[in-house]
Amino acid sequence: MRGRMWKLAIYLFLLGFILNLLGIVTHVVVSSFAKRWFGKPLPPAFTTDWFTYAWREFELSHVLFITLFIALAVVFIALAIGFPAAYVLARRNFNAKPVLLLLYFLPLLIPQMTYGIPLATTLYGFGVGGTVIGVILAVLVPMVPLAVFILLPFFEQISLNLEWSAQMLGASRLQIFRRILLPLMLPGILTAGLLVLVNTISNFELAFLLAGGGSQTLIVALYYNVFAGGVRPVYSIDAMAVIYMCTVMAVLLVALRFVRPTQMVFRLDGRRN
Amino acid sequence: MARIRSDSRSELDLVAILCLAPSLLYVLAMFVYPFLYGIYISLQPKKRDAGIFSNYVAFFNDAYQYNTIKTTFMLALPTTVAVVLVALFLAYGMRRGIWFERTITTILVLPISLGVVFLSEGILGFYGHNGWLNQLLLAAGLIQNPLELTHNSIGVTFSLFMQNFPFCFLMLLGYISGIDPSLESSARMLGAGPWTIFRRVMFPLIAPGLIIAFALVFVMSFAVFPSAVMVGQPAGSTRTISIAAYQQAFEQYDMSYASAIAVIMGLCQLAALVVIVLVRRRMTIATTMGVGKR
Repeated sequence: MRGRMWKLAIYLFLLGFILNLLGIVTHVVVSSFAKRWFGKPLPPAFTTDWFTYAWREFELSHVLFITLFIALAVVFIALAIGFPAAYVLARRNFNAKPVLLLLYFLPLLIPQMTYGIPLATTLYGFGVGGTVIGVILAVLVPMVPLAVFILLPFFEQISLNLEWSAQMLGASRLQIFRRILLPLMLPGILTAGLLVLVNTISNFELAFLLAGGGSQTLIVALYYNVFAGGVRPVYSIDAMAVIYMCTVMAVLLVALRFVRPTQMVFRLDGRRN
Repeated sequence: MARIRSDSRSELDLVAILCLAPSLLYVLAMFVYPFLYGIYISLQPKKRDAGIFSNYVAFFNDAYQYNTIKTTFMLALPTTVAVVLVALFLAYGMRRGIWFERTITTILVLPISLGVVFLSEGILGFYGHNGWLNQLLLAAGLIQNPLELTHNSIGVTFSLFMQNFPFCFLMLLGYISGIDPSLESSARMLGAGPWTIFRRVMFPLIAPGLIIAFALVFVMSFAVFPSAVMVGQPAGSTRTISIAAYQQAFEQYDMSYASAIAVIMGLCQLAALVVIVLVRRRMTIATTMGVGKR
C-alpha cells in the first residue's frame, strides 16, 4: 500500500512537470499565432502574419544562415581535433593522462559565464570579438572536450586486436584509420556530431558574449528581442521563439534516433556500456 | 610484434603527441590562457595610479556590488537543494525501471536542449501576471488576485529548476540504477524495511553521486545569467554576480573590473566546491562503515 502511494506520488510529480513544460511550450506556440491576445484563455483570432513579420523584421534568413554556419563549423572542428585526442586518451597510457582528462573536463564543469568574460576580453583583444570567427572560437571551448568525452567510450569499445591484426597483415596507419577505425567509429562520430550540434545551437552564454551585430545566433537574437520587449510585438518574438524551437527539435529528433537521452548529461559513474 | 602493456610505462610516441596536440593547444590557448589573462588584467585597474587590488577593494566596498554574492547565493542554494532532493526522490523511486521510461526521459531532455532563453520566454507567458496559471486559479476561485510569479526571485528559481532538474534527475537515475540490486534484496531478506534499506544500504551508496550532482547543479546555478535577466528583476532583487560582471564588461567597458568580478565569481564557486568535497570526504568514511567491503 505504501509502495503504491509512493509510485503514485512519483507519477503525479512527473505528470505535473511534463504538463507544466507542455504549458510553457504551448503558450509560446499559441501566442505566436495570436492576432491579439490579452487576458483571455485563448486568443480570439489567429494569424500567421507574425511569422512573416518576424522573418522580415528580425532578418531571420540571415540569422538562421549564421547559426547553421557557426554550428556546422563548430561540429566539424570539434570532431576534427577531438577525434585523434579521444583515440590517444582511449588507447595509450601515460603519466599525465589524469591531469589531461581533468583539463579537458574543466570547460564542461566551470560555468560558461565564469570563463566567458575573460575569454571574451582575450578574443576582443585579438580583434575577433563580435565576429563569426570569434563566436566559433569561443563556442568550441566546451565543445572540443564534449566531443572528446563522447568519442572516448566508443573507442574503448573497439577491440585493440582489430588494429593489431590489421597491422600484422601489413596495413599502414592511414589504412587502419580509413578501413578499420573510421567505419567502426561512425556511430560515435554521429552521436558526438549531433550532440555538439544541439549544444551549439542552444548555447547562449558564450555566443552572447562574443556576438556582434552580424554574428548573432538565433538564440542570442531571440534574447535581445525578449529583453528589448515593448519595442516589438510579443507575438512576433514568440514567432521567432517557435522558429528557434523547430530548429532545435529537428536536430533533436534526428539525434534521439541514435542517442540515448541519458547520454546527454554527464555520466557520474564511469560505467561503460 | 608483441607489445607489453604496463601502467607505468609511457606509451606516448610522436604520433600520439601529434594526435593530442591540436586539442590540447586549443584548450590551453582558449581556456587556460584567458583564465590566467583574466586574473592578470583584474590586477591592472583602469585607473593608472590605483593599487593592483583596487578592483577587488572597490567590489567589497560597494554594497551594490558585494550584495550580488548574497543575492546569487540565495537563489542558487534553495534551487540546488530543491532540485537534488526532488531528483533523488524520483530517481530512487524509479531505480528498477518504470513505464514509458524512454518517453519520459526524452521529454525531460527537452528543456535541456531548448535552452534557458526559450524556457524563460515560455515561463513569462505561462506564469506571468495574465498567464494561463493565474487565469486558471482565478477562474477556479482559488485566489482573488493574480500571483506574481515572474519578474522576481520566484521566477528565476523556477526557471533554474526547470533547467537543472532534468539534468540532475537523469544523472542520478543513471547512477542509482547502476547500483547492484542484489545488495537491496539481501537487505530485504535479512528483514530490513524500505526505510532501513534506504537509510542503511542505498543512501550511503548514493551519497557520493548525490554530492557530485549537488556540486554541479550549484555551480551551474551560481552562474545564472539569462533567466535572472529575463524572468527576474535584473536591476533589483535578482541582480546576480554574473549580471554585475556583464554590466562592467559591456556597459561600462571596464574589462579589468569585469575580470575581477569574474574571478570573484569563480572563487565563490571554488569555495562551494571545496566545502562539498570536504563533506564528501566525511561521507566516504560513512560509506565504508555502512556497507563494509564492497
